[in-house]
Amino acid sequence: MIRFNNVHKWFKDLHVLNGIDLQVAQGEVVVVCGPSGSGKSTMIRTVNQLESINEGEIWVDGKNVADPKTDLNALRAEVGFVFQHFNLYPHLSVVDNITLSPIKVKGMDKAAADKQAVALLERVGLAHKKDAFPAQLSGGQQQRVAIARGLAMEPRVMLFDEPTSALDPEMIGEVLKVMKDLAESGMTMMVVTHEMGFAREVADRVVFIDHGKIVEQAPPEAFFKNPQHERAQQFLRQLLTPMS
Amino acid sequence: MNYNWDWNIFFKSTGIGSEIYLDWFISGLGWTIAVALVAWIAALAIGSVLGVMRTLPGKVLPAIATAYVELFRNVPLLVQLFMWYFVVPDYLPEATQIWFKQELNPATSAYISVVVCLALFTAARVCEQVRTGIQALPRGQSAAALAVGFSIGQTYRYVLLPQAFRVIIPPLTSEFLNIFKNSSVASLIGLMELLAQTKQTAEFSANIFEAFTLATVIYFVLNMSLMTLMNLIEKKVRIPGMMGGAK
Repeated sequence: MIRFNNVHKWFKDLHVLNGIDLQVAQGEVVVVCGPSGSGKSTMIRTVNQLESINEGEIWVDGKNVADPKTDLNALRAEVGFVFQHFNLYPHLSVVDNITLSPIKVKGMDKAAADKQAVALLERVGLAHKKDAFPAQLSGGQQQRVAIARGLAMEPRVMLFDEPTSALDPEMIGEVLKVMKDLAESGMTMMVVTHEMGFAREVADRVVFIDHGKIVEQAPPEAFFKNPQHERAQQFLRQLLTPMS
Repeated sequence: MNYNWDWNIFFKSTGIGSEIYLDWFISGLGWTIAVALVAWIAALAIGSVLGVMRTLPGKVLPAIATAYVELFRNVPLLVQLFMWYFVVPDYLPEATQIWFKQELNPATSAYISVVVCLALFTAARVCEQVRTGIQALPRGQSAAALAVGFSIGQTYRYVLLPQAFRVIIPPLTSEFLNIFKNSSVASLIGLMELLAQTKQTAEFSANIFEAFTLATVIYFVLNMSLMTLMNLIEKKVRIPGMMGGAK
């Protein structure tokens, strides 16, 4: 479903992505983790070309996203993206946030889009908030709406860029639960997160990235119990016992 | 000061037809509104396009918009007006020149010049406000819009501009009022708008204080009403839960 072939990217002199090779199969849930500045957010943003790449290829659903001939708008419509800071449209109500792109990009009629939006809101547990505005919701609620907005395009893949790192601790669970349900429904997912509980329970594979390189990838059991790479060991130690 | 105020002057005959002085003020106000409103609509449209251009990726379109702003912002309004009225018509094709200078009613040609002048001058200022309004939005907004498959045009239309215009209503209100005040330059090329009628009343009647007092009151009331109108619009489009909007 997603394939990175030797992907490189530079920000001026900084080599953010240094030869990424990665495959994500259909229905697979891959968690990407790594220290801050390791390039994990940049990497996930290259999948739908919110960040361009300088070298290599990224194939999504059989299309090379770096090829100038690829219709990026059509590709992005099939790839859901959930941001760290939610990025809901503040001037639109919850239901309009969800229906805007199905109506304007896919040409869905309003009644059908509204019906779909309500169904999605039920799925994320927020049907009663459909007429609220984003600024009236908590962070966790906003992020759940953002997930519903992504799902409204019926994407083939969902990408999550640190979906819970801007949330208060008591709201993290509600968002992770929605993501877990989504994974169980068979959605292909790539998730940048530090939520190791989520990785352990939901992921099929954990990818550890450092200095723009994938240094380790393994099923969660193996990754947490027996990390091979020294940097991964250090990272996990710091995550589990941050004060030591 | 020894001056005999005579507020009845406005109801006295001007000596021209059956007109009283108040009729001149009403007609002047009509021209002022006709100049300012038409120029404002054009300025808003042109300025919005330029403002969007300044925020687009790439080099050429932003550079064109920037050059426009620098040109129109750095030349005095009066110089621009004289250019549009006295200089530019001489460079029009011959047929258009004859039409503009001879066939058109002089009031109409002055009107066209001043509307073009104010529209282009104000567009530069509107451009800067639209640009800052767009740039003030969180960067995540355009990323979110692009990520669901919107084109650049749709991103601006449905996501960026509706927010940017809400942000810039207060400075746009100032520009809207400015264009009414700036329209008084039209009196210098003979368009009988409010200021020109005031001067004419002062000269005809010698009641200079009354004439300028009335003009001051009319400009003031006009601008206060516009400001109230803009405040109502601002309240109406305020986003619930944000910027002090109703919860």
